Amino acid sequence: MRMDASVKSMQSGSANTAGPFLRIRALAKRFGAFTALKDIDLDVAKGEFVCFLGPSGCGKTTLLRAIAGLDPQDEGLIEIAGRDVSNLPPAARDFGIVFQSYALFPNLTVAANVGYGLVNRRAGRAAMDARVKELLALVGLPEQGTKYPGQLSGGQQQRVALARALATSPGLLLLDEPLSALDARVRVRLREEIKQLQRRLGVTTIMVTHDQEEALAMADRIVVMREGVIEQVGTPSEIYRKPATAFVADFVGTMTFLDAQVSGPDRLRFGTIELACNSINGFAHGAAVRIGLRPEEIRVRNIDAATPNRIDARVSLLDFLGAFCRARLEPEAAPGVAILADFSANLMRDLSVVEGQTLTIALPPESLRVFAKS
Amino acid sequence: MSVATVPLPVIAQRVSREAWVARAGVILLVAWLVLSIALPLWALLSKSFQNANGEFIGVANYLRYFSTPSLFNSIFNSVGVAIATTVIVIPLAFVYAYALTRTRMRFKGLFYAAAMLPLFAPSLLSAISLIYLFGNQGLLKGLMFGSSIYGANGIIVAQVFYCFPHALIIAVTALALADARLYEVADALGTRKSRIFRTVTLPGAKFGLINAAFVVFTLVVTDFGIAKVIGGQFNVLATDAYKQVVGQQNFEMGAVVGMVLLVPAVLAFVIDRMVQRRQVALLSARAVPLEPKQNRPRDAALMVYCLVIGGILVGVLGTAIWASFITYWPYNLTPTLKNYDFANFDPGGWSPYFTSIWMATLAAVFGTGIVFTGAYVVEKTRVMPGGRMIAHLLAMLPMAVPGLVLGLGYVFFVNARWNPLGFLYGTLAVLVINSIAHFYTVAHITSLTALKQIDPEFESVSASLKVPFWRTFARVTVPICWPAILDIAIYIFVNALTTVSAVIFLYGPDTKLAAIAIVHMDEMGASAAAAGMATMIVFTALGAKLLQLLLDRLLFTRLQAWRKR
Repeated sequence: MRMDASVKSMQSGSANTAGPFLRIRALAKRFGAFTALKDIDLDVAKGEFVCFLGPSGCGKTTLLRAIAGLDPQDEGLIEIAGRDVSNLPPAARDFGIVFQSYALFPNLTVAANVGYGLVNRRAGRAAMDARVKELLALVGLPEQGTKYPGQLSGGQQQRVALARALATSPGLLLLDEPLSALDARVRVRLREEIKQLQRRLGVTTIMVTHDQEEALAMADRIVVMREGVIEQVGTPSEIYRKPATAFVADFVGTMTFLDAQVSGPDRLRFGTIELACNSINGFAHGAAVRIGLRPEEIRVRNIDAATPNRIDARVSLLDFLGAFCRARLEPEAAPGVAILADFSANLMRDLSVVEGQTLTIALPPESLRVFAKS
Repeated sequence: MSVATVPLPVIAQRVSREAWVARAGVILLVAWLVLSIALPLWALLSKSFQNANGEFIGVANYLRYFSTPSLFNSIFNSVGVAIATTVIVIPLAFVYAYALTRTRMRFKGLFYAAAMLPLFAPSLLSAISLIYLFGNQGLLKGLMFGSSIYGANGIIVAQVFYCFPHALIIAVTALALADARLYEVADALGTRKSRIFRTVTLPGAKFGLINAAFVVFTLVVTDFGIAKVIGGQFNVLATDAYKQVVGQQNFEMGAVVGMVLLVPAVLAFVIDRMVQRRQVALLSARAVPLEPKQNRPRDAALMVYCLVIGGILVGVLGTAIWASFITYWPYNLTPTLKNYDFANFDPGGWSPYFTSIWMATLAAVFGTGIVFTGAYVVEKTRVMPGGRMIAHLLAMLPMAVPGLVLGLGYVFFVNARWNPLGFLYGTLAVLVINSIAHFYTVAHITSLTALKQIDPEFESVSASLKVPFWRTFARVTVPICWPAILDIAIYIFVNALTTVSAVIFLYGPDTKLAAIAIVHMDEMGASAAAAGMATMIVFTALGAKLLQLLLDRLLFTRLQAWRKR
């Protein structure tokens, strides 16, 4: 896709730099007795790419549809570009939307689909055709205007849907699981393209996804949701490295959890093992907590007597996953407890790790995260 | 993020112009359905509790009905012939459907088409044919061994012909859905064929067969034409209602018979719904469609069966058509067209035929428009959920209401003193409205099925693009649904053309319909002319169906190019 300066200029540039572009306050939504969303507060800056991430049923799509006005919230405020749109119907808001199902009109050509929202703008026929052409070029389908959606691949159809959503230069682009219906390979390519396109156009974008990898790769900020509330908002690296709760830690990436007790300032007791950590996260002495650690943080090399948190563990299982192996380690001092560790192919070769072997491993204090025991 | 502590108001989305239009749609739809379905039924119900002067007299009419054996015996007669017909027709149709779906027999399309023929004729055509074959001057009268075709026997046989395609359609649908893997597993386990049939085939088709049984039962109980033509002295509910209202002008008793007639129909409808609710989806999305395997002896045997049944169906209907071209049955078989000189038999001459076509065309055009737009409002808009639910329930109601009952309701409704719509009585308009109401449910379900297959987000997308929903309806929804819309239009047209029951009370001097002219000419003994008029209806209905097939092909090649991959 080629950079096109005129496209950027066509984006509605109502520069309201003072506040956030999208502001949500105390938003709640119920379906009968079921609370789908409660107490949602969220700010999205202009030009930002935000992902709503969470398991199915967490309320992420409900929140997106509330922002769009398709399923209005029961309570709370939504402001887009400084304008209170809380009780405006969808057509009076300013957004473009792309669905998982593409929702392309099958009986209209690709060009007619893209130009669907332009017809009632009363711009001239020629201006409209030019705009459609420009958009199709933008999404990398310059010669496909006369085809019908059914003649395109899934990935191409989703590009058309994207072009259609962008046609009216909305201030806000909403993507509802846009990549979920696509093959793995197409998905990866398209997510890069969407990300680039979004950067280029600078259109404020919200994407709903249940795929953490997608969220980590695409978002400027991720909003992790669970059971109708926001668990954490942060950049991908914050979410991954400093998950606020055990739920976030578990949902984004893989994490091993160990039951432990706070045994002193920055000290934890796990079974008979005493561990040092960087922060006990404000828990009181004696509190029951959960320690979380990522498989890739576990160290096997360069361990000496001075290395903190050294333990001996038996390799009980090795899963070959291509570029690396995922090992299941059982500490000698706490049999039955499993710690997951990722060993690179390199390391596997150098140390010739086999199942049943006992290794000395270290759990770096900075990698131990302490959560409340739920 | 600083949280505002000011309590925020509960959100009520501002009503856009679009939403107002949608609301107006819901209100209009509900108003139409109340006017054309609910109020006539209410008129019938209240009439049955009134005396001739319109005064409320409680259940007195009902007491009189149930203390008059000649009246209430008809209940047993009606239910009896209905059960007998059901017991005969279901196994016949099941085997025929099995041959069409589970064998590699040849000419399946032809056999299916032959079995569908009765759908394109008024029900009484099969009765007329039976009289030509087995009546007092029947060709095959000898086969009756002295017993008479007039009465219960004749009704049952004629009903079997009339109901066969209805049962067959349901049985074919039930048998067509099968998961090949179930049969492969059963085969792999070394199961005998008879056991596979009992444990896999029958359970899979069970709900379809139950549904077919209830459909047939209701059809027989509520059908008027056959009993009228071949019933003789054997009274059934449908002919009673006609006699009370048209013969004796006893509207109150007619209303009671109508209410009684409603009971078996509603019961069958409710029980069937309850049974069908227990059906679980036997066919998962991953099911592998069953491809019947070659089995020469079986295929040959079933082909013989289909030849016999299909042959009888075509032969019997053909008899009436043939007889309409005969000079003097059965003594002078030279062909003639004099029976088509309808003016010699009925004062209206040919005009009932053209009135029928005009009426059926209007019903098809307006009915399709109303039903499809209504279904769209019910399924795709998000306004007034309560109103949309009421509209849906009202749309489902005519399924359980026999045409005769609806027709009676219309008589009382249009003639009610309080009704300003009284001027409609006897007009073409009331016949059209009645026909639309009569066939509303099937058309509504067909529309819903088509609409449910369309991506539910189309309306969301158009809202985001600030395109009003009615433009998307016209530019996208309707073009996508063309095949279904055409199907509905032809369905209403054919049924409006062939039905007698609902309109027999409603026509006026200028609006006599072909189906009614058939009844009158038959009453007068001009059965050859009656058969001739019925033949005209058959050919017209078949022509409409052929037109649909032709248009479908045209649509697919020209206008629906987008369907091609």
